[in-house]
Formats: sequence, structure tokens, C-alpha cells
Amino acid sequence: MGVEHYLVLSAMLFVVGAYGVIVRKNLIIVLMCLELMLNSANLAFVAFARALGDMTGHVFMIMSITVAAAEVAVGLALLVSIYSHRESLDIDLLKLLKG
Amino acid sequence: METVVFYVFAALALAGALMVISFRNPVSSALSLVLTLVSTAVLFVLLLAHFIAVVQILVYAGAIMILFLFTVMFLNLKSDKLIFEAKNLGFKVSILLVILLFVGYFASLGFKDGVMKKTLGVSEMDGFGSIQGVGTSLLTEYLLPFELTSVLILVAIIGVVAIAKKRAN
Repeated sequence: MGVEHYLVLSAMLFVVGAYGVIVRKNLIIVLMCLELMLNSANLAFVAFARALGDMTGHVFMIMSITVAAAEVAVGLALLVSIYSHRESLDIDLLKLLKG
Repeated sequence: METVVFYVFAALALAGALMVISFRNPVSSALSLVLTLVSTAVLFVLLLAHFIAVVQILVYAGAIMILFLFTVMFLNLKSDKLIFEAKNLGFKVSILLVILLFVGYFASLGFKDGVMKKTLGVSEMDGFGSIQGVGTSLLTEYLLPFELTSVLILVAIIGVVAIAKKRAN
């Protein structure tokens, strides 16, 4: 089977993640959908690495997972901070950066 | 055999992703995300990326998801300030299913006779995807980005400490 199966799956996972970011209102779930989108990009990286016989895609995936880990650490710290200020995680309430 | 494994775990990954965006409770969403990440790790094994699959399990499904679950539970889950919902989510998810159908159809049309259609050349014997191969390219060709990654993590650590400290004051 060819690599295009993996790329179609990656596109579908990305669409689900993007849809979740747009539709959901809970800030935690929005962050999870961001992770979903990064994960689908990782799948495409590894699929291309296999198709081209080049391991650069694996290195890219390591970089991407590092960025995801850093992003989630900062994002969750911000989330806890927002929750202690606002007592809510509804993103419709977050209209100002300065609380 | 490989095709069967691919379709089973692709379906599991997609089902997990759909469950992430359709549960009300953030803990259920986090556990569904673990399902997606583990299924993706199995797909990485199918793509001969063994080291990447282990990294995926350890870092993503282990560390990052623990961080998510810890934060959700830290914020006292019982309050309905955490479990609230957008209106008529079922309708929205069904719209998403139609979009997915179109995406899958047109994406598969686009890949139908592309250059990627050629048979996958590498085999397991070449050491493709092994720890040695990934580590060699990480520490020779991509040494500078690899070192800059540590700067990124340092910045993230300092940022988190700064945010947490401001909250304590």
C-alpha cells in the first residue's frame, strides 16, 4: 500500500482538530485539538520520510514534538492563571488580554 | 496484513479524534486523545519509524497527556465552570462528518497518480528509523537545530515559572 493512505488520514485528523478549535468553547479542549493538529502533521512527516527513504522527516518530527511539549507547558500555565482570575474557561468570555 | 492493521488503527485514530471534540467532560476528551496518539504510534511502526513510535508513546501519550490530566484535575473538575458546552454539538459533529467525507474523497483523488504513488523503497534491513539512524542525523546534520531546541525548552521553563510566580503574588 502506498503512502497516500497515511496522507489522507493525516488530512482527516487535521480537519477534525481544526474543527474542534473552531467549534469548542472549553479552553482545555481547544488546546487538545491543537495537539491533534500537530500530531497529524507528525504523521505526514513520517509518511514522507518513508516515501522518500530519507530520515529527515523523523528529525522534523522530533522538533515538532519538542515544540508541542513546550507549547502545552506554557499553555496550561496560562490556563491555570486564567482560571484563577476569571473562574471560567469559556473562551467567549476572554475578549481582553488585560483582565 | 499490513493493510488490515493500517485500516483498523486509522479508524481508531479517527474515532479517538472525533471523541475528543464531542465529549463534554475534559477528562474523557483527554483519554480519547490518548487513544488517537497510541493508534498513531502503531501507524509509525507500520512506517518503519520504530524510534519515533517509542518517542510518541513516551512523550506524547505519557508526559503531555499526564500534564493535561493533572491540570484538569487540579482545577476541581466538579464545578460546571469546566464542564459546559456549546449548543447542539451533535449537529455540529455531523456537519464535521460530511466535511471529512469530502476531504477524504478529494484528498484521495489528489494523490491518485501523484509522484508519491511509487512503491515504498526502503526496507527494515537498511536500519531505517532505528535509534542509530535518527541519532546520527540529529547529531551531525541537524546539530544546530537540535541545540536550539534546548534553548526553546529553557525559554518555556522560564516562561512557566514567570507566569506561576505572578499568580502567587
